[in-house]
Amino acid sequence: MNYIEHVGKYFMMLKQVFTKPQRARVFREALSREIEELGHKSLGIVMFISFFIGGVIALQTALNLDNPLIPKTLIGFAAKRSIILEFAPTFCSIILAGKVGSYITSSIGTMRVTEQIDALEVMGINSLNYLVLPKIIATVFFYPFLIILGMVLGIFGGWIAGNLSGLFTGVDYIEGLQTDFDPFLIQYAIIKTLVFSFLIATVPSYHGYYVKGGSIGVGKASTQAVVWTTVLIVIANYLLTQMLLT
Amino acid sequence: MIEVKNLCKGFNGVEVLKGISTKFEAGKTNLIIGQSGSGKTVFLKSLIGLHIPEQGTIEFNGKISTDLSLDEKRQLRQEIGMVFQGSALFDSQTVEENITFPLKMFTKQPKSEMLERANTVLKRVDLENSNKKLITELSGGMQKRVAIARAIVMNPKYLFCDEPNSGLDPQTAIVIDNLIQEITEEFQITTVINTHDMNSVMEIGEKIIFLKDGRKAWEGSNKEIFKTDNEAIVNFVYSSNLFKKVREAYLNETK
Repeated sequence: MNYIEHVGKYFMMLKQVFTKPQRARVFREALSREIEELGHKSLGIVMFISFFIGGVIALQTALNLDNPLIPKTLIGFAAKRSIILEFAPTFCSIILAGKVGSYITSSIGTMRVTEQIDALEVMGINSLNYLVLPKIIATVFFYPFLIILGMVLGIFGGWIAGNLSGLFTGVDYIEGLQTDFDPFLIQYAIIKTLVFSFLIATVPSYHGYYVKGGSIGVGKASTQAVVWTTVLIVIANYLLTQMLLT
Repeated sequence: MIEVKNLCKGFNGVEVLKGISTKFEAGKTNLIIGQSGSGKTVFLKSLIGLHIPEQGTIEFNGKISTDLSLDEKRQLRQEIGMVFQGSALFDSQTVEENITFPLKMFTKQPKSEMLERANTVLKRVDLENSNKKLITELSGGMQKRVAIARAIVMNPKYLFCDEPNSGLDPQTAIVIDNLIQEITEEFQITTVINTHDMNSVMEIGEKIIFLKDGRKAWEGSNKEIFKTDNEAIVNFVYSSNLFKKVREAYLNETK
């Protein structure tokens, strides 16, 4: 199957996904389950990585700015821009594509190979709507909060790293954070996160839903899903940056 | 009643079903038998709409399923119960959650009524007190019984079973066969079973269709199967010495 066929099949899948849920109560139950699985259970990894990467960004910037003519406030300024613009929305989304993407593909793929999806269809249930729509809603609504939390922890990690290493003071760092602060940067990060969240939910769902073969097929589909989600996030990142910041 | 006319289906240019026509009557257990690769599963999946036929029609009480829109097909499927070969139960849910799932999707019953209905069907398949067990905690036979309970919870008009006895010991297989036959008679369901199991053929085959190379090679009842001289089905059904002897004994008795 060539790429154009996959793209066509993906959009045909979305057409089935975006229909009215057959039963609101069942949809609400599925949504709360997905928020728990895809959102709440990703909090730990995003918090941990954001905190330490924020610290590393601040340390690397401090170590490279050794010219006494450059003010130390630039460290906070550079760390803020890197974390808000790229690290939190893009890097965290790529991490989530790995963690959540493989979960989505393997869970839907296993349902496919064990005929659970056929069972849903035979019952008269729109299986794509039932399985995929709650995942899209859960990621698109929850991930912006997760990314904002990543931003806050990343910046906090930078502050802690400065205090522990003695490379810059907390006062300089905070002054740098406040310098030339543009609220649009946050909007830009959230817009990117919304697009990435949609990709994180739908691309792995596509790979899981149309999986062929048994357990090896599910394994291969999980790998492909993570690779393609990452590729599409990187391409979308470039296009959104071009559109929103230039 | 289900009426199939000239059903054809293929994959990647290979014909699997080659013009099958037959009728399945309500209140009867209809069996589809045949060698592996003869097209039984494709036939069953075409009947329930998981495969789209290339030619021919399938009528459910006069409604041609192949002409229905996707929404109308989903409506029709609410009248269908299906027991899959591997049970296809939702393995992350409990027995009770599996059985009440179709009720949650398609009825507005309060929870207490759903649980009552779940208890009734679980009792019908001799699985009382298993409501809270996870599917992974059940044996193969118990899983099959839960699958039957889920299939009948919506009072279906049509019941399809894909090799309901596969992987079960002979005793449990007979229990499952009898259960399906009793349910079929009790609720006057049109039941279609896809099987390899010769005990099922002899015990509950009120109507048997034998498929060979994607074609209907023979049709009749379990009584007629002893008398037939159709070479294809005689070679298939009486391939074991035990069944050959049973047939000889039957023919000697009825001479």
